[in-house]
Amino acid sequence: MTSYLLSRTLQTVLTLLVMSVLVFVGVYMVGNPVDLLLSTTATPAERLQVIQSFGLDQPVWEQYWTFLTHALSGDLGNSFVFNQPALTLILQRMPATLELAFVALLMALVIGIPLGVYAGLKPKALVSKSIMTFSILGFSLPTFWIGLVMILVFSVKLGWLPASGRGETVDLFGVPVSFLTLDGLSHLALPAFNLALFKISLIIRLTRAGVMECLQLDFVRFARAKGLSETRIVLVHVLKNTLIPLITVIGLELGSLIAFAVVTETIFAWPGMGKLIIDAISVLDRPVILAYLMITVVMFSIINLAVDILYSIVDPRVRLEGDS
Amino acid sequence: MTSPVLSVSNLNTSFLVDGKWMDVVRDVSFDIGAKETVAVVGESGSGKSVTALSIMRLLSENNARLKGEINFGGQNLLDISQQDMQKVRGNRIGMIFQEPMTSLNPVLKIGKQITEVLVRHRGMTQATARAEAIRLLDKVRIPAARSRLDEYPLSFSGGMRQRVVIAIALACSPQLLIADEPTTALDVTIQAQILELIKVLQEEEGMSVLFITHDMGVVAEISDRTVVMYRGEAVETGTTQEIFQHAKHPYTRALLSAVPKLGSMAGTVQPKRFPIVDMKTGEAASVADTADTVEHDKTPILEVKNLVTRFDIKSGFFGRVSGRVHAVENVSFDLREGETLSLVGESGCGKSTTGRSIMRLTEAKSGSITVGGKDVRHAGKSSLLDIRKHMQMIFQDPFESLNPRMRVGEAIAEPIVTHGLAARGEVRKRVADLLTRVGLSPSMADRFPHEFSGGQRQRVCIARALALEPRFIVADESVSALDVSVKAQVINLMLDLQERFKLAYLFISHDMAVVERISHRVAVMYLGEIVEIGSRASVFENPQHPYTKKLMEAVPVPDPARRQIRRISNDEIRSPVRAPDFVAPVRKYDEVSAGHFVQVQ
Repeated sequence: MTSYLLSRTLQTVLTLLVMSVLVFVGVYMVGNPVDLLLSTTATPAERLQVIQSFGLDQPVWEQYWTFLTHALSGDLGNSFVFNQPALTLILQRMPATLELAFVALLMALVIGIPLGVYAGLKPKALVSKSIMTFSILGFSLPTFWIGLVMILVFSVKLGWLPASGRGETVDLFGVPVSFLTLDGLSHLALPAFNLALFKISLIIRLTRAGVMECLQLDFVRFARAKGLSETRIVLVHVLKNTLIPLITVIGLELGSLIAFAVVTETIFAWPGMGKLIIDAISVLDRPVILAYLMITVVMFSIINLAVDILYSIVDPRVRLEGDS
Repeated sequence: MTSPVLSVSNLNTSFLVDGKWMDVVRDVSFDIGAKETVAVVGESGSGKSVTALSIMRLLSENNARLKGEINFGGQNLLDISQQDMQKVRGNRIGMIFQEPMTSLNPVLKIGKQITEVLVRHRGMTQATARAEAIRLLDKVRIPAARSRLDEYPLSFSGGMRQRVVIAIALACSPQLLIADEPTTALDVTIQAQILELIKVLQEEEGMSVLFITHDMGVVAEISDRTVVMYRGEAVETGTTQEIFQHAKHPYTRALLSAVPKLGSMAGTVQPKRFPIVDMKTGEAASVADTADTVEHDKTPILEVKNLVTRFDIKSGFFGRVSGRVHAVENVSFDLREGETLSLVGESGCGKSTTGRSIMRLTEAKSGSITVGGKDVRHAGKSSLLDIRKHMQMIFQDPFESLNPRMRVGEAIAEPIVTHGLAARGEVRKRVADLLTRVGLSPSMADRFPHEFSGGQRQRVCIARALALEPRFIVADESVSALDVSVKAQVINLMLDLQERFKLAYLFISHDMAVVERISHRVAVMYLGEIVEIGSRASVFENPQHPYTKKLMEAVPVPDPARRQIRRISNDEIRSPVRAPDFVAPVRKYDEVSAGHFVQVQ
């Protein structure tokens, strides 16, 4: 296990290095942030001063070296725009995005798995066909459009739920969260469901396929021959086997939930990091872009690690490499 | 006979296929008395498994319809509700299936899979169920039962899994055990263990057994009475003794004559064709004697010397070699034109890897392989292409070795085109010719593989192998998946082709009885090594190595008068995985008689 964790950590560090080089070179080639940040009326002296303060007068490899040495001590540089540490900027906004993503994931699981199981058990029933039609809609309708329609219906027409912001938050271990207050929850409902819709459809389809495949297998027939009730066969024998492919996909999808949150956050004015990164990219605010991507890489690595470990727990046939 | 435990009368089962009801089982009736074993025997599609599933009501009610009566314990099982049926299944009737590898849920611990039955039917608490589960595993003779409860199926071998399955089926002491081909997927020595175990348990528990099988040898070994099924009908029912000695129905006679019997070749030198019996009249056509096809004077077409094939098992962060599969270890033999050399052994003995190494589908580690005087192991790409014309391979599963999206004509034409053996216009004619040669009609070239039966597909595979006019064919378990009557036909075809074209076969098989029928020479493999090699007559009539003897004793004899009494051994098929620093011992061989070598222990 130790050697496994070690190798995974090394892989993550390597990914971070490669990614930071790519971003450095990429942003360098796209353009000069100074052109975008300064007004056209700035004097050459002011210009030079800004360039020097950002360290942009150095050759690019030297800039990278400075970044790397600072990064090792936990300093990812100051934002060109806000002149605040990039890391602080992101960490301030991250909890909101993570909260949104996790609530959406939870919705996707709680709604998607039961519907998928039902559709898999009775593929010919009318209810199953409706579920599958719903999932096609969830797949094909664009997130932003559904978001707008949801605001129109639930906020404007019916006035049931608020359309923007996080609402009232309370601190949980020093991090502000919305889901513990009623007001927060009502603010969370629409954006989270909007974000979850695509995942619900995906999980329904995967679960349905998994259940249908599993029902054909010999051990299900043997479980019937043992005289077990259908409920037990489905809940114990079928579901645990169906979870195996689901876990991999859910892990990957959690990452994309965080990434896709950008659109939902914009529509519902959710104060997450999606808005921040979009702004940072448009002005080539390199420290923020880098810090955001590095955090994302670390987060993805942790999610994948969690998926692999979970996988080996659920499926005894999978052994982590280096685990004897 | 006292009143029967189970009485099936006029059972009709039909399946909904494309909106039409098709009868799969027609008017089948039989009884099973107390403590009696009844075998239902038949080939694929005979409806034997469907009969078993019908009794258990395990067929989906949406597309299967049951009629007739199944009387068990005073009630008609076809009349009761699914809820009541669940109380019968696993409780009063236990059932085991063919595939031990997939019958158990891979993600649940063994213990849990046993206890859930006890909790369900006996209302036991987890603790008492666990104690009972240990007792059950002991009962099926699984060593160290207590420590194995918390293991997953993956750490059990096929034979041990089948024992666990039996333990589950017997957990509630059922009056009847239905065993649907329980030993078909197992190696022959393991099959012997399981058959013996079922017999002993039947005695201990005083239950009745319904045994579904296609194997006449197994029938003779285990059953008191036998029902022969053919195309959904029970064509003959009687005591096993009667069936084997005075079969009345022509189909039964045909089936029995197609069964290869170990030891039936005593005194003959050449391989022998199977007599093909007419299914309607029961008359056996006379069998032409097989001519001596072996070219003793020419140099062998295939020479294998000191062949070694190993696979590294890597693990850990740096991919360190933590072990090695010694799949083939120092194997040498040669094969002459017109000769059949059989490689026999159980799973993991390296017989298939030997075949694959010769074809260079797997790279050997050392040794030499010479085909027609040319070195195979060091041949470059173009010369290998050239050599491959001389050697072809037929695989076990005719369903998987043909591309389902390719017409069989194209499949057969492909090697001809690749090697440029015929002009474009002539290819079709060649394909038609090849199809005729394997007993199919040329018009079948435009069909897809799914339109053929298993036996026909294997013929297509043979035609494809013959397309290049090879000098020898590696037949890897090529008839193992076929029904006995089809198997007999395919073997006859192979012998015909051998006579006509002086083909040589490297016949890889686990089936001793078939091997005895087809071979000129036999090599017995065990853990990657040849332990005994010699002419068919000398190896079969005078086996020397203990493993050869063990293998032959384990083969069920299709003669109920010659039942053997065996003890239940717990020998497992040993694995050829060794530590990385393992050095294969140097073996010596004794020449028992001319050309008959036995490994010295």
